[in-house]
Amino acid sequence: MTDAQIHPENAGVEVLDLHKSFGPNEVLKGVSFQVKPGELFVIMGPSGSGKSVLLKHVIGLLKPDSGQILIDGKSIQDPAVRGQYRMAMVFQSSALLTSLTVGENVGLYLTEHQLKPPAEIAAIVSANLQAVGLQGLEDRMPNELSGGMQKRVAIARALVVEPQLILFDEPTSELDPIMAVTIGQEIFQLNKRTHATVLVVSHDRDLAFSIADRIAILSEGRIIFIGSPAEVRRNHDPRIQEFVHAEISPLKSN
Amino acid sequence: MLPRLRGGLRQKNGRYAQILMYKNIGEILILFWQTLRSLHLLWRQRQKVFDQLFEIGNASLFMVCILSLFIGGVIALQTGPILVERGISSVLGGMIGLSMCKEFAPVMMAILVAGRIGSAMSAEIGSMRVYQEIDALQTMNIDPVRYLVLPRMVAIALALPALVIFSIPVGWLGGALVCDFNRKIAVNFDLYFQNLRDVVEVGDVCNGLFKSFVFALAVGIISCHQGLITRGGPRGIGRSVTKAVVNSIVVILILDYFLTRFLLYIHR
Ligand SMILES: Nc1ncnc2c1ncn2[C@@H]1O[C@H](COP(=O)(O)OP(=O)(O)OP(=O)(O)O)[C@@H](O)[C@H]1O
Ligand SMILES: [Mg+2]
Repeated sequence: MTDAQIHPENAGVEVLDLHKSFGPNEVLKGVSFQVKPGELFVIMGPSGSGKSVLLKHVIGLLKPDSGQILIDGKSIQDPAVRGQYRMAMVFQSSALLTSLTVGENVGLYLTEHQLKPPAEIAAIVSANLQAVGLQGLEDRMPNELSGGMQKRVAIARALVVEPQLILFDEPTSELDPIMAVTIGQEIFQLNKRTHATVLVVSHDRDLAFSIADRIAILSEGRIIFIGSPAEVRRNHDPRIQEFVHAEISPLKSN
Repeated sequence: MLPRLRGGLRQKNGRYAQILMYKNIGEILILFWQTLRSLHLLWRQRQKVFDQLFEIGNASLFMVCILSLFIGGVIALQTGPILVERGISSVLGGMIGLSMCKEFAPVMMAILVAGRIGSAMSAEIGSMRVYQEIDALQTMNIDPVRYLVLPRMVAIALALPALVIFSIPVGWLGGALVCDFNRKIAVNFDLYFQNLRDVVEVGDVCNGLFKSFVFALAVGIISCHQGLITRGGPRGIGRSVTKAVVNSIVVILILDYFLTRFLLYIHR
């Protein structure tokens, strides 16, 4: 792949009536939504509602039973389309290549596609590791890092791609509150700086409300609400209120 | 009630297994074709080929020598006394020489490599599949065939014939040692190697090398495919490894028959 083949504009995503079952387990029951180019779109929803499955469809790792995923109107299942856009995904489980060092993982996209000379790649890798607060860890192996550190390496690996479309699956779930804010800012600035289309799946309400242009709520395989953070707060649907305002009731005082 | 139920289940499983087998054979052929088509990208993957070659050599060379020494020895031990009885012990060198280079070295080395290297390949690729590393590659537009399968296939296709080249003379030596030192056989080194030189031609060695090359492709592609289709957690990886090794060995032995017929046919 060369840069010449890359589409100049950032990618808009359209999901049309997506259905997916695993055996008898119907996970997605007709999901439709649209993400505009350059938008920062957050999908929230309870555990097991199919958020990760949805993201894997958007980047073309899973094939829908029925329905379509369109990138600027072209199906993601078409291999040519995947070559036209720089895309990246941060997996919930990080999915670092355990046989490579942290530095090799972060630089993998550039080395495999031979986009830059090695010295330049090393500089980019170190800059991106710095951005996620992991400077100087290039030579460590992924299994020597904590879960949260691995997640941050995965984020650095995705940022190196300079993606036009980037998917984050629970970017802050394993991070302490301070680091979660840092990563949230990083995602926000990435979106503002490069105008990349960003799709985030998260339980983290603080993250969602502080960075999202729009929020979608996925529940039991369907999108039950899409709107701006303010609209989500104002909405009176009990399912949404329950999710947005769930608190641990002060058990102790009783 | 119970026996009928179990019979029914078995029948159903049998048919399912059959369909699965055809599906797998089809997928393996497709994977092989995809690997061939990515061959022009080999230069970029050269470092990975070297790594794999080093690993194969490191893991197998010592075992190859020990194994070959004993294989040559046991052929001599089994056939020597019978040939001595009939007064034709002078042909021992040629006979062991031929069996070693046309049959034993390629087949036994292929089985050794299936157990030692094929298993490692399917385990490694299988765990990458289970832990979503292959998904991650795909999101970066890195083709797993090019990145994982190609270097392994090239490495095993180079390494197995190389191991056979080691194995053949060591096997000859094993045979010679037994012939010389076993009092019942008592064919000395000179006589043994004289006969071996008279009988064994370069073509016979090439014959064995060709076989081992085909075996290497079979072991490589079966193991990589099994790795790629791994499902489930650690237990799935274990199952994949077992299947890769068993299927490889079965295919080696079946292929061996047909390759031998083919080579006999073109040598006529
Ligand atoms: N490969 C698979 N095979 C079978 N079932 C699957 C597979 N992947 C996901 N599922 C099922 O799909 C459902 C949704 O899973 P998913 O991982 O998308 O949930 P999630 O919304 O991401 O949850 P969490 O917030 O806990 O990550 C679950 O019931 C899960 O069992
Ligand atoms: Mg998930």
